[in-house]
Amino acid sequence: MSGEEFVPLSLTPMLIGIFAAVACALPGNFLLLRRQALIGDAISHVVLPGIVVAFLMTGMIAAWPMMLGAAGAAIVAVILIEAIRRLGRIEPGAAMGVVFTTMFAGGVLLLEQSDTSTVHLDVEHALYGNLESLIWLDAIGWSSLFDATALAQLPVELPRMALTLVGVCLFIALFWRALKISTFDEGFARTMGIRTNLLGLGLVITAAVAAVAAFDAVGSIIVIAMFICPPAAARMMTNRLEDQIGWSVLFAVLSAVLGYVLAGYGPLWLGASDAVSAAGMIATVSGVILGVAARFGPCRSRAGAPAGI
Amino acid sequence: MTVTLANISAEEEACIAKSPLSIRGLTVTYGEKPAVFSVDMTVQPGQMTAIIGPNGAGKSTMLKAALGIVPPVSGRVQVFGRPLEEQRARIAYVPQRASVDWDFPTRVIDVVLMGLYRELGLLGRIGRSHRAKAMDCLERVGMGDFAERQIGQLSGGQQQRVFLARALAQGADLYLLDEPFAGVDAATEKAIISVLKSLREAGKTVVVVHHDLATVVEYFDNVFLINTRRVAEGTVAEAFTEATLQAAYGGRLATTQIDKLARV
Repeated sequence: MSGEEFVPLSLTPMLIGIFAAVACALPGNFLLLRRQALIGDAISHVVLPGIVVAFLMTGMIAAWPMMLGAAGAAIVAVILIEAIRRLGRIEPGAAMGVVFTTMFAGGVLLLEQSDTSTVHLDVEHALYGNLESLIWLDAIGWSSLFDATALAQLPVELPRMALTLVGVCLFIALFWRALKISTFDEGFARTMGIRTNLLGLGLVITAAVAAVAAFDAVGSIIVIAMFICPPAAARMMTNRLEDQIGWSVLFAVLSAVLGYVLAGYGPLWLGASDAVSAAGMIATVSGVILGVAARFGPCRSRAGAPAGI
Repeated sequence: MTVTLANISAEEEACIAKSPLSIRGLTVTYGEKPAVFSVDMTVQPGQMTAIIGPNGAGKSTMLKAALGIVPPVSGRVQVFGRPLEEQRARIAYVPQRASVDWDFPTRVIDVVLMGLYRELGLLGRIGRSHRAKAMDCLERVGMGDFAERQIGQLSGGQQQRVFLARALAQGADLYLLDEPFAGVDAATEKAIISVLKSLREAGKTVVVVHHDLATVVEYFDNVFLINTRRVAEGTVAEAFTEATLQAAYGGRLATTQIDKLARV
């Protein structure tokens, strides 16, 4: 494919897909090891009331109020989950289950009881996002990357997702050591003065921000898949956290690129005429990678069971 | 003019100031039921103390609350006469082996390096001297050959020794261990007790939550008996007696067993 076709039509959606996938996969590594991987699923449900409230308050369907509403709802949910988990002394999965079903139900109720139900907040857009529409029509080829006027017309999701990814990377790089220690042994981390409650909250809020930004750009399917599939596949490739992070990034990028290409051209290769959803295909590819890692990964068996003395 | 709190005498204050770990009025509840009720403890410096009591008596909970791992309802904890938060660097803690997931993707040496967190800080680089220190701690517990192993490949006793090596890396003055001998092999038990005795010889203070009454006399200088409330505290000769054991364990130990244990 030539630059004239690739740059305007495929470059930006692919980059947004890659950024979104990596931004979710990075915190996903820690969430997985902390048995909190379902938080991606929880967040994609709880943003509904946030979006509805944002719409009721502003009366318009615009990106920023919706994102702020979604982020607000996600953070409320995260705090509720942590509070229920700690006060009720129950496992995180149960706390998430209670919070996200309640908030999702609240969102549906709000949607039906207000006149927002006539507004076009459709399911398909929320689930699959609209990756293919994030094109850069002002670009005429690779040279546009150096053209200020063309760059100004980049889809706004690209810088937003890139910024989110930078934020996620900064959080993980800055708190890497503390995150690792407190994920492995929370009690010990606390005796050394690490504020494990705040750190855990920081991690889920980072995940929530990544999820909301990705949700807005590419839909919830990618978010849910990327929090779990690349880190889980990566865990089966290595027994070192540092390497696991690397593998998860590789798998996230691979899913985004391969998924996008397969969605666009796969059906054509098979003789069909239409493309399929890129977001759906990206999630599918990540699932296939997980399946392959689960079957052939070098570190897929639980080593934790002590083998005698 | 000095003002003293009515219930704590000047003499007791002096005792608290010298003690590596002093606890006053510590109460912890799980739900409605108190797990630890109004416990006082004064650990003697440079000695080995066993915390003993029946299952569910609040031994581990007391230790965790004293370290701020679980929130107490009330109580005052002082470490070397200062508040806990100021003295974190002087404390090393060995949690129960079963409290962590040994499938965590990391190597033995990395676990020991975690003990250097306060020294390294959030972003400090791990240098050659840090690695050498971690290796030295592993050698001291006889695990030098296992540095590069994934922790999930270790036996229970080896895991326990790695935890002890991590505590050694902390370079503390007060060592608190939660059931370090639970489910370990005889060789590990011997290795751990010899390391703990060498710590005592170096002037460090060691406190161990202990479940095996048969080894108390052999291993420890002092005992602290707890069954939700403090039952007895003092030297093994004073506090590890038929009467105190009967009070702590109630009917759970046969009289003949108690006679055999408390033969001091």
